[in-house]
Amino acid sequence: MEIVIYGITNSVTLALMAIGFSLTFGISGVPNFAHGAFYLLGGILTWIFINQLGIPYLFSAILSVIIVGLLGFGLYWGLLLRLRGLVVNEVIATLAAAIVIIEVLRYMGFSGFTYVLPEFIKGSVNIGKAWLDYQRIFLVGIGVALIIILYFFTHRTRVGLSFRAIAQNERTAISLGIDSDWTAALSLAFGSALAVVAGLAILPLGSIDTEVGYDILIYALAVGIVGGLESVPGIVLASFILGFCQILVATFFKAQWLTVVTLGAIVLILAVKPSGIFGKYKELEERV
Amino acid sequence: MAEAVRYRKERIDRGIKARTDTIYVLSSFRDMVYLFLPRFLPIILLLLLPFFVKGGYWEKVLFYSCMFALLALSWDFMASVGLVSLGQALFFGVGAYISGGLNHYFKMPIFLTIPIATLGGALFCTLLLFSVLRLRGVYFSMVTLILPLLFAHLIETLDILGGTHGLLSLTPFPSGWLSVYLAIIGVIICLFGFRKLISEDFGLVLRGIKDDDRVVMAGGINIHWYKAQAIFIAGAVGCFAGALMTHYYQFVGRSVFALDYTVLPLAGAVLGGPGSFAGATIGTFILVPLSEVLRALGGLRMALYGVILIAALVILPEGLFHYIERRYHQFERDVRI
Repeated sequence: MEIVIYGITNSVTLALMAIGFSLTFGISGVPNFAHGAFYLLGGILTWIFINQLGIPYLFSAILSVIIVGLLGFGLYWGLLLRLRGLVVNEVIATLAAAIVIIEVLRYMGFSGFTYVLPEFIKGSVNIGKAWLDYQRIFLVGIGVALIIILYFFTHRTRVGLSFRAIAQNERTAISLGIDSDWTAALSLAFGSALAVVAGLAILPLGSIDTEVGYDILIYALAVGIVGGLESVPGIVLASFILGFCQILVATFFKAQWLTVVTLGAIVLILAVKPSGIFGKYKELEERV
Repeated sequence: MAEAVRYRKERIDRGIKARTDTIYVLSSFRDMVYLFLPRFLPIILLLLLPFFVKGGYWEKVLFYSCMFALLALSWDFMASVGLVSLGQALFFGVGAYISGGLNHYFKMPIFLTIPIATLGGALFCTLLLFSVLRLRGVYFSMVTLILPLLFAHLIETLDILGGTHGLLSLTPFPSGWLSVYLAIIGVIICLFGFRKLISEDFGLVLRGIKDDDRVVMAGGINIHWYKAQAIFIAGAVGCFAGALMTHYYQFVGRSVFALDYTVLPLAGAVLGGPGSFAGATIGTFILVPLSEVLRALGGLRMALYGVILIAALVILPEGLFHYIERRYHQFERDVRI
């Protein structure tokens, strides 16, 4: 029973971490390896707004989502636009941007027990033998809501459909009147904003540590790759597979195996079926 | 109305190349100097440098520069086959752990551990990457990004090979000279060897795989075999660097799989200009001493590499070396339009 409950919360947490990354890298084909850095930056900005500028929690949360979203937009216009088309260079550039952000934050000392974001509602509830704090319940709610919204966004709305279009075939998308640069920038902005939303939901569970900037990227990569980057059901399935694997491993073996499982899953899936369990668009491009 | 006089730049090749890249007409001593200076200057400089920095701190910096230059060369070699790696730390770490482990557990002497680590490590990495050789572009990059992390975590979790403490008190080099000269000779051999190799028939196939792998396959060439050979060569260079570093430090720990050993060579190669090998060497020989000068910045150094990497990608995508090469081989003059 505990395993099921912890497994579900853990899986939804993973899905939440991955959702922004999948929106940019998977659904619209713009690599955003600064995802983890934006997640971290969002958390720290919120902390600064609350504790040093005295802005109420709700406003500071919205403010940091907007700021980081704009930053993602700027990352595209300032940097990625010049490298568009060379996917590997895009990856290197965004990874470098992530390193710059994370290392500067580390240098400024935003790490440790002082840096704690407030929970939405304090307290916890007892289900069977499992202790579940309200924050985690909220987190599951937010995660489920975001996934449903994401699904309808990418399948029903014009903007969402154009996100998928530029990933499938950019030239055809352009010929159908989609401004691919604008769409890609928008997708990067949405993805970064979603990273902050995930950060605001997850970070209150512990203190902020700059190392999470790298960890989040790895988890997001793992979920994205296992599920197949471009599919929303893939994200859900992959986060449940990985989430339950992690909980099982942590329960029956040692907790250190957790990261090994995640990393191993990435390598295994990439070696066997690189476009992931649900991926289908890229099968011709990924290997020879 | 007076039209504004406008100029454009015209580039003229220096008239020394006769027919191809390798056939020259040398008519004067000046031509010979022109041709051989860029080849011999780096060799002489590299061989003489240890005399100027005799012992002490800057000898260490020279050694580091050579290490990272080796890693950058190995990155560049893989990149010229189209395998863009984001994990040179994998090769570095495997080489370091093999030589460290052999030395620690079996008490092997240095002149055995380094060759074994170089060849064995390369073989290990090739076998490890063999199953993902079919991946193209960014998928391969992602595997290489993850693998060093996986190894670092495995060593910590399984508590093997010294676990989090690492292996201590390994055999040092008999003298500082030996280590520095081994590194320098390694850099020179790789630099000129790779440049030669990539212009041979073998290199032609490799460059073909980078440009269009399916065409090479259509030509009846087994591209996986060629890719495996390229990884073996690049892996051997990376493992050699790792093995040297292990004995230089007399220590090997999980930090050999750290992001530094990926990012710095990458930044160096991109700054210097990928695809030329000389560029990778120049880039690292600029970056490593620079980062030592800026040691006061502490943790910000990684951020600095990131900034340099971005700047190099955006501002000078061809890299320093291609820029210098162009200036050297071509006159530039203003021509009135």
